[in-house]
Amino acid sequence: MYPSRFRYEAPSTVAEAVAMLAAVDGEAKILAGGQSLIPMMKLRFAAPAMIVDINGIGGLDYHRADPDGTYRIGALCRHADLEKSATLADAQPTIAAAAPVVADPLVRTRGTLVGSVCHADPQGDWASVMVSLEGAIVAQGPNGHRSIQVADLIDGPFQTVLAPDEIAVEAVVPAARGVRAGGYLKLERRVGDFATVGVAVSVEMSGGSVARAGIGLTGVGPATINASDAAAALVGTVLDADAVDAAAQLAAEAAQPRSDHRGSADYKRHVVATFVRRIGAQIQRSEQEAA
Amino acid sequence: MALDEIKIGGLGASRRRVEDNRFIRGKGNYIDDIALPGMLHMEILRSPLAHARIRSIDVSAAWAVPGVRMVLTGDMLAARNLAWMPTLSYDTQAVLATDKVRFQGQEVACVVADDPYIAKDGCEAIVVDYEPLPPIVNPTQATAPGAPLIRDDKTGQDSNVVFDWEVGDRDGTDRAFAQADVVSTIEMHYPRSHPSPIETCGSIADFNRATSKLTVYMTTQAPHIIRAAVALVAELPEHMIRIVSPDLGGGFGNKVPVYPGYVVSILASILLECPVKWIEDKSGNLISTGFGRDIYLKGEMALRNDGRILGVRMHTDSDHGAFFSDAQPSKFKIGLMHSAFSCYDIPAAHLTAQGVYTNKAPGGVAYRCSFRVTEAMYFQERMVQAAASDLGMDQAEFRRINLVRDDDFPHRTPWGFLTDSGQYGKCLDLGLEAIGYEDFLRQKEEARQRGRLLGIGISTMTEPLGAGNSREYDILGIKMFDSAELKVHMTGKALLRTGAKTQGQGHETTWAQIVAHELGIPAEDVLVEEGDTDTAPFGMGTYASRSTPVAGAAVAMVSRKIRAKARKIAAHLLEVSEEDVEWELGRFSVRGAPDRGVTIQECAIAAYSNMPDGMEPGLENNAYYDPPNLTWPFACYIATVEVDPETGVWDVLRVVAVDDCGVRINPMIVEGQIMGGLTEAYAMANMQFITFDEDGNCIGSNYMDYLLPTAWETPGFELHEVVTPCPHHPIGAKGIGECATVGGPAAFVNAVIDAIGDSGVRNIDMPLLPDRVHEAITQGHDVSGAPPVRSEP
Repeated sequence: MYPSRFRYEAPSTVAEAVAMLAAVDGEAKILAGGQSLIPMMKLRFAAPAMIVDINGIGGLDYHRADPDGTYRIGALCRHADLEKSATLADAQPTIAAAAPVVADPLVRTRGTLVGSVCHADPQGDWASVMVSLEGAIVAQGPNGHRSIQVADLIDGPFQTVLAPDEIAVEAVVPAARGVRAGGYLKLERRVGDFATVGVAVSVEMSGGSVARAGIGLTGVGPATINASDAAAALVGTVLDADAVDAAAQLAAEAAQPRSDHRGSADYKRHVVATFVRRIGAQIQRSEQEAA
Repeated sequence: MALDEIKIGGLGASRRRVEDNRFIRGKGNYIDDIALPGMLHMEILRSPLAHARIRSIDVSAAWAVPGVRMVLTGDMLAARNLAWMPTLSYDTQAVLATDKVRFQGQEVACVVADDPYIAKDGCEAIVVDYEPLPPIVNPTQATAPGAPLIRDDKTGQDSNVVFDWEVGDRDGTDRAFAQADVVSTIEMHYPRSHPSPIETCGSIADFNRATSKLTVYMTTQAPHIIRAAVALVAELPEHMIRIVSPDLGGGFGNKVPVYPGYVVSILASILLECPVKWIEDKSGNLISTGFGRDIYLKGEMALRNDGRILGVRMHTDSDHGAFFSDAQPSKFKIGLMHSAFSCYDIPAAHLTAQGVYTNKAPGGVAYRCSFRVTEAMYFQERMVQAAASDLGMDQAEFRRINLVRDDDFPHRTPWGFLTDSGQYGKCLDLGLEAIGYEDFLRQKEEARQRGRLLGIGISTMTEPLGAGNSREYDILGIKMFDSAELKVHMTGKALLRTGAKTQGQGHETTWAQIVAHELGIPAEDVLVEEGDTDTAPFGMGTYASRSTPVAGAAVAMVSRKIRAKARKIAAHLLEVSEEDVEWELGRFSVRGAPDRGVTIQECAIAAYSNMPDGMEPGLENNAYYDPPNLTWPFACYIATVEVDPETGVWDVLRVVAVDDCGVRINPMIVEGQIMGGLTEAYAMANMQFITFDEDGNCIGSNYMDYLLPTAWETPGFELHEVVTPCPHHPIGAKGIGECATVGGPAAFVNAVIDAIGDSGVRNIDMPLLPDRVHEAITQGHDVSGAPPVRSEP
């Protein structure tokens, strides 16, 4: 439980951090919440030459809606900030559903959404949520900012397309084309366990039918899965049981689970379908209650 | 005026744990808190492979790492005849591998350096050339024709079988089965688990060349046995060895055996002539130190249509890993497996057992149980459920018919133990009433009509706690008695030391309560010390729920010796004959003149200032206690669950526990023990296991894969008590530390099986992971065997 030797830097601005990344000889890692990075370093699965601790950088701990409804989550916004938010459930129901089931209360106090997405762990909850919302990550590098769709950001287990001198500074969810609804369900054997299966479903309801839908799957493939065909099956429907059922089947087909000690591949597919149905039914119920 | 026993912290007082005062202030003194001047740090390089021949080990790069002081390999140890060490079960175990590695995580080399980071860097610089060999990960593979021989180091060992053993009445059991109306059979597996104390193992060896004295601070539950073992293994004189077991962050059996890290740290300290600290990391602890369970059962019960059990047959296949280093009494190869069915009145029983070597970590330890009693009682209660179901009888009624009756003690159990006391039927009835048995059965039926799956599981058992009596119980020939030494100072304050070693049980609190009960000295005036072999009297340590039954009895006995001497002093002070002195708690008085008396404290000062002519001064004594029998607590655990038929996830609705552990010294601590045990029982049933893939890779080498329940998922527990004092224990107490871990798992599993009863499924092996429950429900077949690690994509 003793990490390899590494250099530690704690810049006070993003620009300074980017400059450090550009100058380093060898691999550097950004330290935000550290809830995945530190354990990996302790086990020496990760042995970065330099740690750039961004916790001293001001102004990154926000989550807020722009006037047009675009939702922004800063790189130092902790899971617990989202979990405890009084307004998030209305603005971002899928994020609000996921926040209390990320890891355990200790991890949620330190860990960050942006860090979790960039960690690109196929078992990570937030990437699925962001995929379901067509969310993006804003990265800052020596040449300024760029926005990367989360679905495009992750290009394999623990791999992203971020350049070595880029820092993810913000997650962005575009404004809804209707009234948001959604949910996140996760099967885990214990609080803090890696997900056996996690399913994020986000829809935007307009005039009683689905204007947009997204489905992200956790823990059932080599990376977060964007079940776009399944989501497409919901668009234009009134979220009736048949439509949800069709989406559930397509989501199960989109999953690429491995059999392991958490369950067989068939079982995990079955749970994906079950969770899509359950979230669909939840949304249905709340729509009816609202109406 | 007699003292109020509760007020002075005597028997029955829920006194706050005195040790917690330092723990909650962060002032505990654990192994890693100890730093000695000039201390170096040791790390272990472990094998990444389960089975491989070592072609070569190149340590040159490790020596070159700045700050590395020593690199040790098996060959260096072999030159000193230390490459192998004896185990607690008359086998041998590699200290550092020389010829082959035999399990993933086996100790291959050690690096001693200025700090632990450098030691780790040094380990990474060692290059080992392995020639992989086919691994064996279960008993079936171990006994298959042509299986590779794991222990080719042992002359005469031509198979992977460690032992074949049997006990019981084979012919009588055959006759019982011939008379049976129904024979109920079931096969199951109790998966491998790990005690996983929060604090891992560790040692600081400090050899002083000038005095030739070796002091070892060590995480051990049994310091005196370790002292003897070190004397034998290292060939050092026993009086020049001091073992100190500081505060322990849990043990659960994991800290009974001798581990290679201890041995190498001692050798390194002798060679380097400075203190050497070894602190195991969490993964090292999980993959290399004493595991629990990992045993398969074929069980059969001969039944009469009226519900009576006529006979029981059990066959177990146990997986001991690469070295047979089980910590258990010498006489019993499969521990106390044959204590199964002790609470039932059964005429005949027969047990056969085979143990095998595999390429897995060694060291079957009693993980919070009395030598495989956990497996025995789990198998028993699962067999009982299957039998009741085969007879079409109610679970509770079937138990009631077969439980030993209150007027039938002492009772000879089917395998020859002698139980001595209990009110089994009363405990069962109390449990059923508390859970609302009849109501729940109605709710279950109503729920079933609506497609919901509710279930109820019962587990009733008595277990043999408190090894032992010296006739039957020894470890490596050392009889399992225990001891206490009491020194009453002249001001009436006292120092008590025992041969046990607390690791969370609260001895510092409860031993003082026994002294308070026997002498009337307030518990707060008694300091309890354990764990230092230079000061503590010889004892066999703390495991198998033996502290209260054995060391606790010794505390009572030494207190009585002190009281006997104090009585003579009192007679002297009161100027009457001893026969005219009467005792009430804390005070002697003159028979017929109760106003004339002296307190125990007045006797204490007189022992140093005004003793009778011819009496030895002082008020100190010791007692060595060899119990006449084990103690036999009884428990009834009942759980209700709801199973989600779509996902196989199950939730606990309620848990009722009725424990009869005789007289409770500190009810609060007893309740804490029961709640902790039930938590571990829930963990076993639900999530906690270590398995291996076909390459022998350990799945469960860290807390991401080896799951311990947190407060979030652990259910609430409703505790009840029945008190049947132990007839032979000086204060009527029985063991309790392990009852719930032992009896609890079957209640949860029985409840889930009950909930899915319509599927016809008889067994799902632990842990009842959602996918396994789902498979059972949807496929309608048993899900048995070691939790599979399927590797297909």
